Amino acid sequence: MSRTYLGEFEELVLLAVAVLELQSAGAYGVSIADELKLRTQRTTSVTGVHVVLYRLEEKGLVGSELGGASQVRGGRRKRLFTLTAAGQQVLREMRQLRLGFWEALPTPFFS
Amino acid sequence: MGKPSHNPTPDPQGSAGQRASAQEPPRWASRLLSWLTPAELLEELQGDLQEQYAQRIDQNGPLRARWWYVLEALMVIRPYYIRRRLAGLANRLRDFFLKRPTKTRPFIHPEHSSPPLMNTDMIRNYLKIAWRNLIKYKGYSAINISGLAVGMAVAITIGLWVWDELSFDHYYDNYDRIVQVAQHGTVNGETWTGSNVPFPLGDELKGQYPNDFKRVLKAWHIQDHGLTVGTNHFSLTGQFIESEAPDMLSLHMLKGTRAGLTEPNSIMVSASAAKVMFGETDPMGKVVKINNAMDATVTGVYDDMPANTEFHQVQFFAPWDLYVSGNHWIKEQGWGNNFIQVWAELHPHVDVDKLSAKIKDIKLKHLANNKELLALHFQIFLHPMSKWHLYSGFDKQGNNTGGLIQYVWLFSLIAGFVLLVACINFMNLSTARSEKRAKEVGIRKAVGSIRGQLIGQFFSESFLVVLLALLFALSLTTLWLDWFNQLADKEMSILWTNPFFWLLVGGFVLVTGLLAGSYPALYLSAFQPIKVLKGTFQVGWLAALPRKVLVVVQFTVSVTLIIGTLIVYQQVQHAKNRPVGYSREGLLQVQMTANDFYTKYEVLHQELLNSGVVYETAQSASQATELWSNNSGFEWPGKSPSQQSDFGTLTVSPEYGKTVGWQFVAGRDFSKDFASDSAAFVVNQAAVRFMSLKHPVGETIRRNGTPYRIIGVIQDMVMGSPFEPVYPTVFFLRGPLNWINIKLKPTVATSDALPQIEAIFKKVIPSVPFDYDFVDQRYAAKFADEERIGQLAAAFAGLAIFISCLGLFGLASFVAERRTKEIGVRKVLGASVFTLWRLLSKDFVLLVFIAFVIATPTAWYGLNGWLKKYTYRTEISWWIFVAVGWGSLLITLLTVSYQTIKAALINPVKSLRSE
Repeated sequence: MSRTYLGEFEELVLLAVAVLELQSAGAYGVSIADELKLRTQRTTSVTGVHVVLYRLEEKGLVGSELGGASQVRGGRRKRLFTLTAAGQQVLREMRQLRLGFWEALPTPFFS
Repeated sequence: MGKPSHNPTPDPQGSAGQRASAQEPPRWASRLLSWLTPAELLEELQGDLQEQYAQRIDQNGPLRARWWYVLEALMVIRPYYIRRRLAGLANRLRDFFLKRPTKTRPFIHPEHSSPPLMNTDMIRNYLKIAWRNLIKYKGYSAINISGLAVGMAVAITIGLWVWDELSFDHYYDNYDRIVQVAQHGTVNGETWTGSNVPFPLGDELKGQYPNDFKRVLKAWHIQDHGLTVGTNHFSLTGQFIESEAPDMLSLHMLKGTRAGLTEPNSIMVSASAAKVMFGETDPMGKVVKINNAMDATVTGVYDDMPANTEFHQVQFFAPWDLYVSGNHWIKEQGWGNNFIQVWAELHPHVDVDKLSAKIKDIKLKHLANNKELLALHFQIFLHPMSKWHLYSGFDKQGNNTGGLIQYVWLFSLIAGFVLLVACINFMNLSTARSEKRAKEVGIRKAVGSIRGQLIGQFFSESFLVVLLALLFALSLTTLWLDWFNQLADKEMSILWTNPFFWLLVGGFVLVTGLLAGSYPALYLSAFQPIKVLKGTFQVGWLAALPRKVLVVVQFTVSVTLIIGTLIVYQQVQHAKNRPVGYSREGLLQVQMTANDFYTKYEVLHQELLNSGVVYETAQSASQATELWSNNSGFEWPGKSPSQQSDFGTLTVSPEYGKTVGWQFVAGRDFSKDFASDSAAFVVNQAAVRFMSLKHPVGETIRRNGTPYRIIGVIQDMVMGSPFEPVYPTVFFLRGPLNWINIKLKPTVATSDALPQIEAIFKKVIPSVPFDYDFVDQRYAAKFADEERIGQLAAAFAGLAIFISCLGLFGLASFVAERRTKEIGVRKVLGASVFTLWRLLSKDFVLLVFIAFVIATPTAWYGLNGWLKKYTYRTEISWWIFVAVGWGSLLITLLTVSYQTIKAALINPVKSLRSE
């Protein structure tokens, strides 16, 4: 199986990047942590999110650039992440995989 | 799409920004962050965290925001960041050395990839080479590792012992505040120190100094008592003490409360005693009969105290009042009689020394009308718990001179020395061997090793060996710890869970590994390959000098230890062979622990004699191996007024002399036939000397005014320490009798006699268990300390010799290796194996001789000091030194010969072939 292996948290972070990169704020540490907290109801540490992002970047699933310094950040730039084609491909494969499982389940399961 | 309710990207000019800058996150956390985070990631992470911090101040308030910030900063301590940070540092270093660019380009930040912390391939290679080297030179490795392991094991064992001794009594919560009340008295210029104090002292201290003493507890000596539960009899060690003892000793109660001794008819038992007496049933509320006289209800069970505590042998505590109610005479005793013990707990702020000074004359104040006692100049003082065990000795001026602490120091010193010697041996062997590897270094360098890699290799080798040695040392310690516990009378175990222990062990491994590895790692790695490979590499003659010095030092220590062991042994033998003045063989003693003994003694006596296995029985106030009481108040003809009369006193029954077999020098024994013997003394020779009586028999001595006539003089009986002079003692018939002495018929086997005697005791006094001691065993127990020291010294001397021999062996092999060619040439020229052996061995014999010359006066000086402790002591005989000298010479030759003969036997063709 040549597919890139992703952990659950990695997958969530990757999805968050996909969602947030389209918005004005962009996808970066704090916005992703907030998005995850909002959706999963669990507190995620920014540091942890960063580590996952770097890993995803090393796997080539996201790309990044620096930008958007502001006063509240003490004049520091943020690293804005975007989904790469490979990332999109992985997300699509993930979805397919899960859908395949769901379709294999008998219908009464959903009622 | 769910969007966060707040905009994560704040307005740069917004109020939040101002607030954030006004209220910075905790600075130390920021600093930690910037220190730990890889430089290239710092900006974005710090920015994110600060943004989040500002957000949280708004949402949750500054306190929680700060808390979260700290938490996030601490979360940087995770493998990913640390690895990248270290990789960054490593890369910087590598860039510094590396002239060519790296071929592989990491995915992000080409200049900072995140490779593993160290190159695993290289480490694996180091270990592989190290292992191969160990295997290739099996003999060397074995000597090296075993020597170091033994040294470490000795150090660990002694370390455990020292730890055990130093933590003595730390079990008690009030360790710093518990004291024992004791006193000094002065007789004829010599001060003695004792823990027996007068009965009224306890109440006096309590009443007079309530601000200093939190509790003052009167107590009876810890001793064996007979306990009866239903029809079962047990002999248990216990103490009668006032009711606050469980609080003072902070007993860990398993059942009941610490207030359990407030009722006069109560008893608290240890968990193990409860198990012995009651098995699995609940002991609470059960009734126990103590000494067949006192009924007591069990009101508490406490956890057994650990072995390294003062009260660990106490299996039960019973109230003091209970004891007094059965022994009314106690209350009638005044300030002149020293017979009880007093323990106390001070208030937290009280200084022991100051309080000691304050109370020192409290006894003298109450002796105003007794000139004789006043002259003894009693000084009450407090002996704190921290000094009970390690500083229990007092000299003849009443100064606290230490005690066990001296052995703690001595053994620590030995441990340090053994460890040091093992360490240096280890270094020596590894350096001696590393010189053989100079060629390897040359080739490695020629092939392209940088110096750092060679250093890494040699260090990993030395650490591998040290760790292996540690493994062996720990298993060795576990193996012999049981034996050592038995020898040292301890219950120690390796402190597997003590971080301090691991810290020490880890520190030692680090230091030894670094030290032992440093010479080859730093010195050899600096060689120029061309010189080494060309063969012009020469180690100076100086290289052997430190090794020679080391061998001398090692043998000095070993020889000193061996001489010490022999002299300790000689001293013990000397004291054992001392004439004791009575015969210990087949002599039993039974304590009269219950009233029945007194009322039924005559019956018992008769029955025992009728049995045919008993030669004679007699009663006495104390055991033949102890002198419990001494008194003053004696007057005799020709006594000088300045002489203070202090005699050991022992009440005996008329048959006593016949039973113990004392020897008369003059006069006769007590006899039932003379009624006047109730006013007669038998004295020992020491007493005659003390009184300077020319013709003692027939002289009259007055004791507190009452006249007594001396009817006999016996040879000195060794009742106290066999190392001390015999105390002047008088024997008489009037007074309390507490022990029954039974002399078996010499023709009857002890194993036959004992059941018969026991049967008679059971028949006559069924309520009390038959509990007896053999006098010869009690007497032998007096040598326990000295024998223990002797055995420990012997063990350490053996190990020291072992380690020294390893050092010698290493040096011999080193020398043999270096002189291979010389030997080859000599052989070619016609030298015989014997001449070569003599040539090579000569040097070592000289070294050992030097060591012997240094060790002799050292040992003599040290042992002379040790022997001075004993009044009855052996002379240090010259033959010990001669024997040890020859012995060490023999051991040296044996050790060295293996190498020298091997070297001498080598075919010169082999050793000269390469020229």
